[in-house]
Amino acid sequence: MTGKQKLIVIGNGMAGCRAVEELLARTPGLYDIEIYGAEPEVNYNRIMLSPVLAGETSFDEIVINGYDWYEENGITLRSGEEVVGIDRAARMIATGKGRRVSYDRLLIATGSLPFILPVPGATLDGVIAFRDIADVRRMIETSKSGGRAVVIGGGLLGLEAANGLRTLGMDVTVIHLVDTLMERQLDEAAGFLLRRELESRGIEVITGASTEEILGTERVEAVRLKDGRVIATDLVVMAAGIRPNVALARDAGLACNRGIVVDDHMRTSDPSILAVGECVEHAGQVYGLVAPIWEMCRAVGDTLAERQGEGYRGSVVSTKLKVTGVNVFSAGDFATGDDREDIVFRDAARGVYKRLIVAGDRLIGAVLYGDTEDGSWYFNLLREGGSIADARETLIFGPAFAGGAAADPNAAVAALPDTSEICGCNGVCKGTIVSAIADKNLTTLDGVRAHTKASASCGSCTGLVERLLVLTLGDGYNPAAVTPVCGCTDLGHDEVRRLIKAKELKSIQAVMQELEWKTSCGCAKCRPALNYYLVCDWPDEYADDYQSRFVNERVHANIQKDGTYSVVPRMWGGMTSASELRAIADVVDKFGIPAVKVTGGQRIDMLGIRKEDLPAVWADLGQAGFVSGHAYAKGLRTVKTCVGSDWCRFGTQDSTGFGIRLEKFMWGSWTPAKVKLAVSGCPRNCAEATCKDVGVICVDSGYEIHFAGAAGLDIKGTEKLGLVHTEDEALEHIVALVQMYREQARYLERIYKWAKRVGYDEIRRQIMDDAERRRSLFARFVFSQKFAQVDPWSERVSGKDKHEFRPLAEIGVSQAAE
Amino acid sequence: MENWVEIGNLSDIPLRGARCVKTPLGRIAVFRTAADEVYAIEDRCPHKGGPLSQGIVHGAAVTCPLHNWVLSLETGRALGADEGAVRTFVLKCEGGKLFLDMASAAALAAD
Ligand code: SRM
Ligand SMILES: Cc1cc2nc3c(=O)[nH]c(=O)nc-3n(C[C@H](O)[C@H](O)[C@H](O)COP(=O)(O)OP(=O)(O)OC[C@H]3O[C@@H](n4cnc5c(N)ncnc54)[C@H](O)[C@@H]3O)c2cc1C
Ligand code: SF4
Ligand code: FES
Repeated sequence: MTGKQKLIVIGNGMAGCRAVEELLARTPGLYDIEIYGAEPEVNYNRIMLSPVLAGETSFDEIVINGYDWYEENGITLRSGEEVVGIDRAARMIATGKGRRVSYDRLLIATGSLPFILPVPGATLDGVIAFRDIADVRRMIETSKSGGRAVVIGGGLLGLEAANGLRTLGMDVTVIHLVDTLMERQLDEAAGFLLRRELESRGIEVITGASTEEILGTERVEAVRLKDGRVIATDLVVMAAGIRPNVALARDAGLACNRGIVVDDHMRTSDPSILAVGECVEHAGQVYGLVAPIWEMCRAVGDTLAERQGEGYRGSVVSTKLKVTGVNVFSAGDFATGDDREDIVFRDAARGVYKRLIVAGDRLIGAVLYGDTEDGSWYFNLLREGGSIADARETLIFGPAFAGGAAADPNAAVAALPDTSEICGCNGVCKGTIVSAIADKNLTTLDGVRAHTKASASCGSCTGLVERLLVLTLGDGYNPAAVTPVCGCTDLGHDEVRRLIKAKELKSIQAVMQELEWKTSCGCAKCRPALNYYLVCDWPDEYADDYQSRFVNERVHANIQKDGTYSVVPRMWGGMTSASELRAIADVVDKFGIPAVKVTGGQRIDMLGIRKEDLPAVWADLGQAGFVSGHAYAKGLRTVKTCVGSDWCRFGTQDSTGFGIRLEKFMWGSWTPAKVKLAVSGCPRNCAEATCKDVGVICVDSGYEIHFAGAAGLDIKGTEKLGLVHTEDEALEHIVALVQMYREQARYLERIYKWAKRVGYDEIRRQIMDDAERRRSLFARFVFSQKFAQVDPWSERVSGKDKHEFRPLAEIGVSQAAE
Repeated sequence: MENWVEIGNLSDIPLRGARCVKTPLGRIAVFRTAADEVYAIEDRCPHKGGPLSQGIVHGAAVTCPLHNWVLSLETGRALGADEGAVRTFVLKCEGGKLFLDMASAAALAAD
């Protein structure tokens, strides 16, 4: 015997071996060292398993310490031998091979265990984790016969697995429980970009989905989701999280919470036993990344070497995704909050999104997508925690502009070299723009656009071009008076609408990214507007975002001052019947509805209904044939009619019938603001058609169409659009006019305001004179109605958006008092 | 002493959405932001009592559905020019489940 102390290390992974390296660097001769490793391998770099899976490197290249290292340092390696028990009283460990060995000091570095979802089928052949080289070999083996793979978990590990499997030629689907990929590291905007990138690589991503069961008899055959979807597959990779591997320590009676509890010197509750790595819990924190582990290993090195060191003080961590060609970086805390401010930079042309989160004058978080070069610089600022007050204005531009004097936001632009590209779309650089401004005496954005094309395409560099105008002209530049949609952007509504079409933007996130929104998720002004524009422009492709709709449109009823709701069913053209009235009476009685009123729109309003009752009220109304009256919608409201030629001695046409026809044709469509119609049977105009958005006055020779009236905040008589001779023609003209309004108006702009802005004559020209244009507008309206004409009430009676109508929970008096 | 009462799953609340919880101390609105943060505040706007759980959620704030006041979910204070505040409650999310500290709620209700 050497007389040295005996050190046993359990775990031949990243932490165990690094701790030994740290010890050897301090005092080589102190211990007889024996390392036990459950894996039959030498010490390798676990984080490089992803590149191994993707075929970018091999196992040999990721070995950290080969056999020669153990030999040279006199370490006994017992690989493939698991430690199964610790006898603290006897200071001995027992292994799976029946060996019992005594120790003076024990170091536990057992890492983590992958979390296997406890769903039926989780033990089938073909369900594997992604933790060690054996898992990787199995995945590579399975991929050789091609086929499909499902990865459960859209976090760092899951996505690296998915990318690797895809590279190996498998069809890969990622199933993720929440809506944002890597939600612990990324905000919604970056998560969206990442998702788009992965999808473009052919990886299918299903978010907001939870796995219910893995199907198969011996081998896995498919995965079934909670919503009933079944996805056929040959391989399931569980990447749903990790748990510190504490069983051994807990059985030995060491203090454990989520991890093995250690102090700053990595000592467990038994002073002769130390622990390090992912299996430990320090100051309430457990870690799943290597950077903190390297710091812990320095502390445990001191303790083992019996030196008084500083100890471990916890870590701030940053993450990078190791998927080749995808640059993602995140660090610190990126939640929003009002003691915090966001600095957001988006460069659509390069696919870059950067967001810094500042609290007071300190940087507390950073999310970078696309360009992560400055990640480490931000990470340093964040860890040092110093004041960034001086550099704040230019912080987002990274270290290149972080010089002391650059407190002026224009300075960063001034500092750009003449050759730097400002407009990515048209390849225009700074020098060209500046000399055009000077040489051609340009004073406006439009001037620069006309002469250089800069910012004339996607418009996302408009801000930079304006800065250049300011820099070159000083006070001589007076920015054009476009009112921005809201504080989240500098662009006006028209610009946003134009770009949504031009750049084929089909989601709110896509708009915010491409048009460089200044906030990460918009506000209550821009979100409903964007949602409408997308619904209007991509009726078949866009998935309506209910969270971006005002409550009335979300729950399909009008909120009242006391938080109850009112319900107005359609009464087509104002016509009703005894059975309809009876059904309404019954509903009023059954639900104790406190008020019933005839509205100014020729129908009946039931007011004061409790939100929870809405689906049941609709169910009963639906039974009687009623559908939603959309009294709450930026959409088609009412079509008022008079009795017309059916009854009235002056009636010239069937105004009631035509009103009903219009309402049945157009109900359900979403519009920039509400749209109200009326049809009167003669110029006496009992339906008040000449103060509506669109009104019809029937005359002997046909139908006189009027538009752009108002009788609310403003009172305005209508303008005449023109006379047509048949009901069919009248329908086509009215529908085309409304579609033109749908496609052009700014959100919340009524027809009369839009028409004044674009010119009554221009509208007449397009609708009355240009038959081809009229027909194509009509056709687009008809197409969009295919997706819009779904009665929202019956949808909700059948269970859609159930969560809207029920409290999340009800807490009783006893629970509350406990 | 805390009194954690389980109120449901994180996934029961839409992203950028809210739900309400009925308690003997009144309605509490529970929010989930785009960054997957959760907050609980009184479900009564300080302006005229609007149900805040019905508003549009953006950043860590909600816009009241009745007259568009914007309230911070973190501090419960009205943002911008408006003045007023609602109570905030202690909420935690563990393993996808949400727990509300009713003791914090009761303490707040008492003062
Ligand atoms: C119920 C009703 C009053 C009534 O008891 O008769 C009504 C009730 C409301 N109106 Fe109205 N308007 C009603 C007919 C009208 C009319 C008359 C008409 O349609 O012939 C007008 C004038 C015509 C017009 O629109 O130009 C009218 C002009 C307004 C305005 C002003 C709009 C404007 O751009 O000038 C508002 C405010 C707004 O929309 O921003 C408004 C807003 C409202 C809101 C939605 C206020 C709100 O945002 O909560 C009220 C909802 C109460 C509820 O929960 O039901 N209401 N409102 C009428 C429902 C008609 C229906 O069957 O759908
Ligand atoms: C695919 C993949 C990619 C990753 N990418 C990154 C990344 O990019 N960046 C980053 O910071 N981190 C990354 N990580 C995490 C990182 O690998 C871990 O944080 C690190 O490996 C933890 O080190 P450890 O020593 O605590 O655990 P491990 O490295 O897991 O070592 C523990 C070892 O102990 C052994 N063991 C357990 N119980 C016993 C027992 N009873 N007897 C004997 N031996 C036992 C295990 O077999 C294992 O070999 C990644 C992880 C994986 C799986
Ligand atoms: S006139 Fe004013 S108070 Fe009356 S219903 Fe319309 S919005 Fe409400
Ligand atoms: S009640 Fe909330 S803004 Fe008026």
